[in-house]
Amino acid sequence: MPISGVPYFESQEATFLPAKTLYDKIWDAHVVSTEPDGTCLIYIDRHLVHEVTSAQAFEGLRLNDRPVRRPELTLAVVDHNIPTTDRSKGIDDPESKLQMDTLASNTKEFGVEYYDELDQRQGIVHIIGPEQGFTLPGTTVVCGDSHTATHGAFGALAHGIGTSEVEHVLASQTLLQNKSKNMLVKVNGKLPAGITAKDLTLAIIAHTGTAGGTGHVIEYSGEAIRDLSMEGRMTLCNMAIEGGARAGLVAPDEKTFAYLKGRPKAPKGAHWDAAVEYWKTLQSDEGAHFDKVVEIDASSIAPIVTWGTSPEDAIAITDSVPDPMSFDDEHKQSSASRALEYMGLTAGTPMAEIPIDKVFIGSCTNGRIEDLREVARVVEGKKIAANVDAMVVPGSGLVKSQAEQEGIADILKEAGFDWREPGCSMCLGMNPDRLEPGERCASTSNRNFEGRQGHGGRTHLMSPAMAAAAAIAGHLTDVRDVTKGAPA
Amino acid sequence: MKALKDLTGVAAPMPMINVDTDMIIPKQYLKTIGRSGLGKGLFHSMRYNDDGTDNPDFVLNKEAYKDAKILIAGDNFGCGSSREHAAWAIEDFGIRCVIAPSFSDIFYNNAFKNGMLLIRLPQEQIDELTTQAEFGSNAVFSIDLEAQTVTAPDGGEHAFEIDDFRKHCLLNGLDEIALTLDKESSISSYESTTSKTHRWLTPATS
Ligand code: SF4
Repeated sequence: MPISGVPYFESQEATFLPAKTLYDKIWDAHVVSTEPDGTCLIYIDRHLVHEVTSAQAFEGLRLNDRPVRRPELTLAVVDHNIPTTDRSKGIDDPESKLQMDTLASNTKEFGVEYYDELDQRQGIVHIIGPEQGFTLPGTTVVCGDSHTATHGAFGALAHGIGTSEVEHVLASQTLLQNKSKNMLVKVNGKLPAGITAKDLTLAIIAHTGTAGGTGHVIEYSGEAIRDLSMEGRMTLCNMAIEGGARAGLVAPDEKTFAYLKGRPKAPKGAHWDAAVEYWKTLQSDEGAHFDKVVEIDASSIAPIVTWGTSPEDAIAITDSVPDPMSFDDEHKQSSASRALEYMGLTAGTPMAEIPIDKVFIGSCTNGRIEDLREVARVVEGKKIAANVDAMVVPGSGLVKSQAEQEGIADILKEAGFDWREPGCSMCLGMNPDRLEPGERCASTSNRNFEGRQGHGGRTHLMSPAMAAAAAIAGHLTDVRDVTKGAPA
Repeated sequence: MKALKDLTGVAAPMPMINVDTDMIIPKQYLKTIGRSGLGKGLFHSMRYNDDGTDNPDFVLNKEAYKDAKILIAGDNFGCGSSREHAAWAIEDFGIRCVIAPSFSDIFYNNAFKNGMLLIRLPQEQIDELTTQAEFGSNAVFSIDLEAQTVTAPDGGEHAFEIDDFRKHCLLNGLDEIALTLDKESSISSYESTTSKTHRWLTPATS
């Protein structure tokens, strides 16, 4: 049956073959049933659960006397609320503790696997999915968290859902969905030396705007994307939601397979071989139709920082704070004026002259081993500036122990960074790690919304290398100046 | 889900773009394990001063809009986090309908699951409705979901689009999980097929 929105071309033999995008392929493989208006019931292969958005969903199951349909397809972890200091002594905040205890008892009652605060596999939900090999190409992945887009790096159709939908998935292993449109972001050429996936993802959002991807699933392709490591692809897809898209996708390739092979929950033996054979078919067909196409020249990208309170407020570190009147429509002008006031910035100030108080390295965007290696490379043998408080929060217990084994933790501690236990931490400040009113932070997380990292706190988003350079300089700075002369 | 057929009430104007869910309900309200009572935290940092008193300049603190049932908002409303608390807070405050040029996808779904109606209209129409909403307590709008129209205080009718299935669920207040579980045989047959064709799909146990 033809699928609406997919172009068909006629071959010599008069058979009809659809040219499908990667998104079309994954979607079509998961349709359980279709309503007359096109709304589909989609099968969900992987469900990740955390403490903040699940309590009301489990409560709903209980009230209606419904079991979890396939508990083995759900994996739960505590991450948002958890303190990043020693957890073996218990949790002080009674509300956080209640939420964590509720997840522990719900997962036990419904038979779902759970990594608690003392489990070494514990970490940010979007870091542990790939790390455990739970996230796989060609699967549908959901979680009650918008950054579920991260898993799209593996060629999985992954998106965030609300709590009512969490309950729907727990009860039925399906989700009611309308198919999104297809959008292609093609990044041609190579990223210049020292430019990372974070710079790229911020540059894309600055180009498309935070609503540019609304109603679409973005596939990222092109030479610069193929060149990214799996960690880099996760950083890229993580912020697809910041560009308005519910999901981002990168077609799986040998790098994807190499990353997954041997991970605890990844397929083994003959199942692995069959899986790889199938995964290799997960590419957009030649001639497949995209509703929207954006092309970007990788070589033009510089290190990026944000100046405002929306991720689209992103510019090169070599630029200055923009004048609100330079925007073309009045809604953007008033939003930029409000942002500058909140951020305590004056138009025309060079970005590289903005002093900072704190540095936060971590989150599901940049809390992986590759990110920490990057930070260590920038700060090795140096000390952080006297006016700066800097913390590093590894994305998971496994990332933490690997960084300790590789000597990264020692380099960071030596430079003056606070080395913490894994969790979401100051990405959203639900735990005790947060900014005070007026404090300015160089942050590797994904959202610079008003109050995101603490009431009145001011966030500048950037790559781990740029945040590390800012920690050393005491102000925002071009990492290429800090690492001058050092091998890249 | 609570049914919604029509709605008549004051609309509050909030012409800001990119209102994110952190702004709608900040993190300190996310520690609850319930769904109710979040209306007090709605738009917290704009609505309250640092000492906890009401900010008199914020639209929902103005006498005319304290009982607003409708919000006329800016582009990309509800962007950011997936927290359904944002929809719970708006609904708990008493607002059942938000009208804006566009919404984030996740917020859009969340709102409908909670018996709210979100209406997308082009920016020019939103600008017009915003101007009319600025007339305060006389700015009574009425919405007819069956007919898919918004009637503004000046009598002008604005037609809107909505998916049939969503409309049907909202008009009848249907429980979507129950509807889905009625499709048990389709779900089971999907599962039995994929368990043969894609055996690798079951997570390995170590
Ligand atoms: S690290 Fe930040 S963005 Fe990621 S899941 Fe945690 S709170 Fe959300």
